[in-house]
Amino acid sequence: MSKENKNFFADRDIQIILGTLLRVGVIASMSVVFIGGLVYLTFNHSEIVNYSQFDSAKTGFSTISEIFIELGDLKGSAMIQFGILLLIFTPIMRVVFSIFSFLIERDYLYVLIGAFVLCVILFSLSNKLVG
Amino acid sequence: MFGDSIFVPMSVLLFTIIVLLGAFVAGLVGSLTGLGGGVIIIPLLTLVLGVDIHYAIGASIISVIATSSGSAAAYVKEGITNIRIGMFLEIATTISAIIGAVITVFINPSYIAVIFGIILLFSAAMMVRKKVDHSDNDTSGKLAVFLKLNGAYPTENGMKNYAVHNVIGGFLMMFVAGIISGLLGIGSGALKVIAMDNIMRIPFKVSTTTSNFMMGVTAAASAVVYLHRGQIDPGIAMPVALGVLTGATVGSKILVKTKTDKLKVIFAVVVAFLALQMIYNGVTGKL
Repeated sequence: MSKENKNFFADRDIQIILGTLLRVGVIASMSVVFIGGLVYLTFNHSEIVNYSQFDSAKTGFSTISEIFIELGDLKGSAMIQFGILLLIFTPIMRVVFSIFSFLIERDYLYVLIGAFVLCVILFSLSNKLVG
Repeated sequence: MFGDSIFVPMSVLLFTIIVLLGAFVAGLVGSLTGLGGGVIIIPLLTLVLGVDIHYAIGASIISVIATSSGSAAAYVKEGITNIRIGMFLEIATTISAIIGAVITVFINPSYIAVIFGIILLFSAAMMVRKKVDHSDNDTSGKLAVFLKLNGAYPTENGMKNYAVHNVIGGFLMMFVAGIISGLLGIGSGALKVIAMDNIMRIPFKVSTTTSNFMMGVTAAASAVVYLHRGQIDPGIAMPVALGVLTGATVGSKILVKTKTDKLKVIFAVVVAFLALQMIYNGVTGKL
């Protein structure tokens, strides 16, 4: 019983840190998207949108390196895509952080579980899944 | 160029404003009902604005990450998310979300619209159904003990312990939820609720927030696949992400104070209507 309670409060500390981490990640990524959005609207506001047909070649910025290259030109859409990328990385960072906190707690079973989840996501990041 | 389209050609500015407003409402309601913003965003983009469903899915998954991460921070401070349950079930949801995201482009958009409509109808039904808390603190299975899934949460009368049941059943249901999530770009909260509330018998206060917490990681796994495929377009993703996040933030502030029963009924009717529209458009091949 007392052991369960102790676990709960140890978890609680981790959760508060994780919650803050998520919030920081979301605020940072959304600020980038917002600024990128302003730049994008300033230069592209009168263009006509055409999203009626999905074309995988049209969007561009479909790899991480592409986003970084385009970012150098201060293009609005590239900045938005960079912010989106930060947003995607926020929950991934949470997994990384959880693994460390389980390590501190010496809960090796959950270090393993967390590492496995991370590997699944990293495999997806490796861009081998889309032909 | 727009000859055979019923949709009015639109400037980037107008498109952004409409999507921004729609996404705000989606985020607000998604956060209040716990279903996430995707269920509103995808019909809005496809039915109202004529956006290809593959773009809508890509933008929606971003809104799922924003909703999940934005409101999870508020939930976590209450100390009721069970990180171990979340992490363990993420094994199922990340693998299946990637599978779903990989196969989604090989499926005819009309079929996706129909599947989406069915899941929507199901979500609407789940929302108005009277929920029964099955949680208890009876001795649970060996697996739950081994995985340290049992926990406690704060109530008015102090800490309340709970035991987790049928871990394997819940895990399999989460696998299904992940496939749907990757396939349609939604959080599939309704399926996660079934896995956690009905199969694993976790208390509401814990299951709702743990499910919300898991969604971000699950969505990130499939978002990466969508990104590589060019399904995430900055012009759509920007207003969707900003609108949903703002709506979800407002929603999570209201959630603590209000009862949402009436809102859920109203929302269920709207969702059911959207669902039928999606199915109709799917069957007639308009999407």
